[in-house]
Amino acid sequence: MEREGTVRIPSGCAIAAVISRTGRRMSGESIVRSMVPMHERSNGLGGGFAGYGIYPEYRDLYALHMFFEDRTTRKNCEAYLKEHFEIAQSEYIKTRKIPSITDEPIIWRYFVAPLPSSLAKLQLDERELVARTVMAINGKMHGAYVFSSGKNMGTFKAVGYPEDVGVFYRLEEYEGYSWTAHGRYPTNTPGWWGGAHPFTLLDFSVVHNGEISSYDANRRFIEMFGYKCTLQTDTEVITYIMDYLLRVQGLSLEEAARVVAAPFWSTIAQEPDERRRDELTYLRTMFPSLLVTGPFSIVLGFSGGLMALNDRLKLRSMVVGEKDDLVLIASEEAAIRTMEPDAGNIWAPAGGEPVIVRVNEGVEV
Amino acid sequence: MRRVFVNEEWCLACHLCEYNCAFANSGMDDMVLALKGKPIFPRIHVEGDERISYAVSCRHCTDPICVKSCIAGALSKDGDVIRVDRNVCVGCLTCVLVCPYGALAPGPDGVMQKCELCLENSCGEPACVKGCPNRAIVYEERGERA
Amino acid sequence: MGVDFIYPEFEVIRNESRCIACRVCERQCSNEVHAWSERRGVMMSDESRCVNCQRCVSLCPTRALKIVRSDCRLRENANWTDATIKEVYKQAGSGGVLLSSMGNPNPLPVYWDRILINASQVTNPPIDPLREPMETRVSLGKRPQRIERDDEGGIICDLQPQIELSMPVMFSAMSYGSISYNAHASLARAATELGIMYNTGEGGLHEDFYAYGPHTIVQVASGRFGVHEDFLNAGAAIEIKMGQGAKPGIGGHLPGAKIVGDISRTRMIPEGSDAISPAPHHDIYSIEDLRQLVFSLKEATSYRKPVIVKVAAVHNIAAIASGIARSGADIIAIDGFRGGTGAAPTRIRDNVGIPIELALASVDQRLRDEGIRNDVSIVCGGSIRSASDVVKAIALGADACYVATAALLALGCHLCRTCHTGKCNWGIATQRPDLVKRLNPEIGSERLVNLMNAWRHEIKELIGGMGINSIEALKGNRLMLRGVGLTEKELSILGINHAGE
Repeated sequence: MEREGTVRIPSGCAIAAVISRTGRRMSGESIVRSMVPMHERSNGLGGGFAGYGIYPEYRDLYALHMFFEDRTTRKNCEAYLKEHFEIAQSEYIKTRKIPSITDEPIIWRYFVAPLPSSLAKLQLDERELVARTVMAINGKMHGAYVFSSGKNMGTFKAVGYPEDVGVFYRLEEYEGYSWTAHGRYPTNTPGWWGGAHPFTLLDFSVVHNGEISSYDANRRFIEMFGYKCTLQTDTEVITYIMDYLLRVQGLSLEEAARVVAAPFWSTIAQEPDERRRDELTYLRTMFPSLLVTGPFSIVLGFSGGLMALNDRLKLRSMVVGEKDDLVLIASEEAAIRTMEPDAGNIWAPAGGEPVIVRVNEGVEV
Repeated sequence: MRRVFVNEEWCLACHLCEYNCAFANSGMDDMVLALKGKPIFPRIHVEGDERISYAVSCRHCTDPICVKSCIAGALSKDGDVIRVDRNVCVGCLTCVLVCPYGALAPGPDGVMQKCELCLENSCGEPACVKGCPNRAIVYEERGERA
Repeated sequence: MGVDFIYPEFEVIRNESRCIACRVCERQCSNEVHAWSERRGVMMSDESRCVNCQRCVSLCPTRALKIVRSDCRLRENANWTDATIKEVYKQAGSGGVLLSSMGNPNPLPVYWDRILINASQVTNPPIDPLREPMETRVSLGKRPQRIERDDEGGIICDLQPQIELSMPVMFSAMSYGSISYNAHASLARAATELGIMYNTGEGGLHEDFYAYGPHTIVQVASGRFGVHEDFLNAGAAIEIKMGQGAKPGIGGHLPGAKIVGDISRTRMIPEGSDAISPAPHHDIYSIEDLRQLVFSLKEATSYRKPVIVKVAAVHNIAAIASGIARSGADIIAIDGFRGGTGAAPTRIRDNVGIPIELALASVDQRLRDEGIRNDVSIVCGGSIRSASDVVKAIALGADACYVATAALLALGCHLCRTCHTGKCNWGIATQRPDLVKRLNPEIGSERLVNLMNAWRHEIKELIGGMGINSIEALKGNRLMLRGVGLTEKELSILGINHAGE
């Protein structure tokens, strides 16, 4: 059986997310519980979570979560990291042994800071250096895999049902102002843990439900810009697209959504505001290969917010609800009700219409 | 009304219209049986030379001089279509002389025959139009004419 | 008859029991095959003149005619085939270069037919073009590298000049001269109605067709025929023709007999003179020279028109394309070895160049490897025969396709491959007024529009089946393709997996 990355595995999925607009930190317990009613949407072959605001004590350092196949690989990787980074902390990620999660690799966490000398030598900003390092390790270093690389955030994922993965990683011990969750239903076994979601690069994390039909068009385009799609998953390529549009090209979230789930030309033609029509036309003409087609519902996590987005035909379910300071997003309303039984204002966003939630102005996260 | 018009620009002088006309008015359902080995007397004629050619058939004038001049009263206007009653025609050929388009000609028996737009035969629509390979003959509305 | 007598290739079979001697065949055959014999009272035929264009067959009202391949063959020989031997006889008699028309007819691999297309099942839904919007619009030209913003943070929306197409297909270059006025009129009208482009080829632009400028690509080739400032500014884009798939390495050749009247005026050369384009552009002996021509043309048109560089698919095409992409060109057109022509030396047509499928795949990959795929659009041509060929080409990485042979077929061409004789019975590849009038542009343009609309429907169905609702998401989407019966090497060049993988 080939390991994921050498083959492309389609998956169905469940997603959920919650964010506190006041920046209130919540334990991971609630998001883990939200996945229980959507158990049927996963098949035990992948689950994961991303939490934002979980490492306030290391907020200025990049948290690298890594899988290693063996100790030697870890030592080699550590030596490689030290070429460009100062490692402030290096530790096992604490897990809980449970019968439903087995065959775990070495799961490690580094908190690192790029060396100013390296940045000067390579003429890169620090985020670009981190991104390139992640690409290099994931693309070239066999047996090592970076699955989280942002600041003050972290991803936790494994082969298993998401609710078990939450228990395994002891997520009730972490507190974040924003969480996303994913349960996976791959059509064949991924063979290892890297293929589970969320998928992240820097502080961007993506959970995704669906199978996109534009995959190879998107992949072959984005790989021109230094990204390497090692997993062949939709989530991976969507993450890189978002990183490219938001970080590299400096688009706003709303603009990026207009690229990925572009309005139809007929819709653009009807746009009454000429300036806006020009912008939409420009974005579609500039990034035609980043249009994502086929069913998807994604939640993009980033520092200070979340963006939920459906494909433009709305081929996957996704609902949004609110409760006090919280905004909740999930594949099914049941997941929202599990987190907040009294959530209100529940609606299903239209295809291609991004739902962008940020923590309130002035809230430091 | 709809009439048959000829766009001489596209007429190829292939003469297919003549054969299609002759067949349509033969009363037979087999073109070979109808036309093989026989002279044909079509109601449309291709005129011209190698440089320019065009098919000529009755224009179905609004004010038809042939009807006025028919000594036997064989030609008449039936709505917009000009018809000939072959039982009444005496074969005097006056209509041939007066028609400014040269659209009339007698049949093999010397009795006049003319284009009646295939409305009376089994074709049901002008056979010359249907069979023209280059849309040089068309059946369409173009307003009134003399 | 003597030692070099060759028995006619075709026989005219006339069913005497059906022939009504209407003589349509006789009037319509420019090769003078048919004649009425008063003495015998039957139609006669001289099959030695027949090119099997099927004009007589199509027009015979009693279906009395058919043209068949003669069974008078030389003794079978797998090495010295009938055709090869007859070519030797022909050359021994004439001492000349053999001439042919249209694309390479030899049984070399057609990779399109070895590539199969994907469809969605279960894991994602196929999309129904009858019920959901399905987009086929594309634009060709350079993409900016970076988003730039004004002082207020708005996106600055000034794109480099683009060509907009309602579907990813254009009619490729066929000059006025090689094809008739009416053929050009048909193409121009159809392109305008369809919202796509046609291409003047190297023959200039007849004054009547300036009105179709927004849907015209004007071509500048090595002979520079018909090129002047108004011509350059008349079209939506300018194409520099470096080469042609049917005859890489040589220029066009229009015999003096076809340089008559308007053609001479449009080409700006004397009547009756042979229009022989040089093999190279004599101002382009290297890539840096190309850059100068690209920018000369841009200067002449105030940087308002995208510049296309058209090359034949030859061995080193990926490197050549990479050079072109860096030359300032906005679009690269690659023409495969099966591309058609009005006339080409047979040996060149049949032996020079490479298949478009392989050329396209390697160019697209090379430009991506070098990170410059966004600097140019790729148009591929050279025997795109159907909507599925278009879909496969886009999935391999093309932005759009050029079609010419299929367009000519829509106009009535029966692929008899004797364009070079100038006696085209279908009024396409001829300048004889009595033949030219056989193509009524009203019918011609209608049929072209029908064909393209049919392809557009098929493209929508094919991509809808894959779960894609915009052609943009198909471009370079090679996972949607699988090869059958191809070697590892062929698959690796095409960048696709084998069926079952």
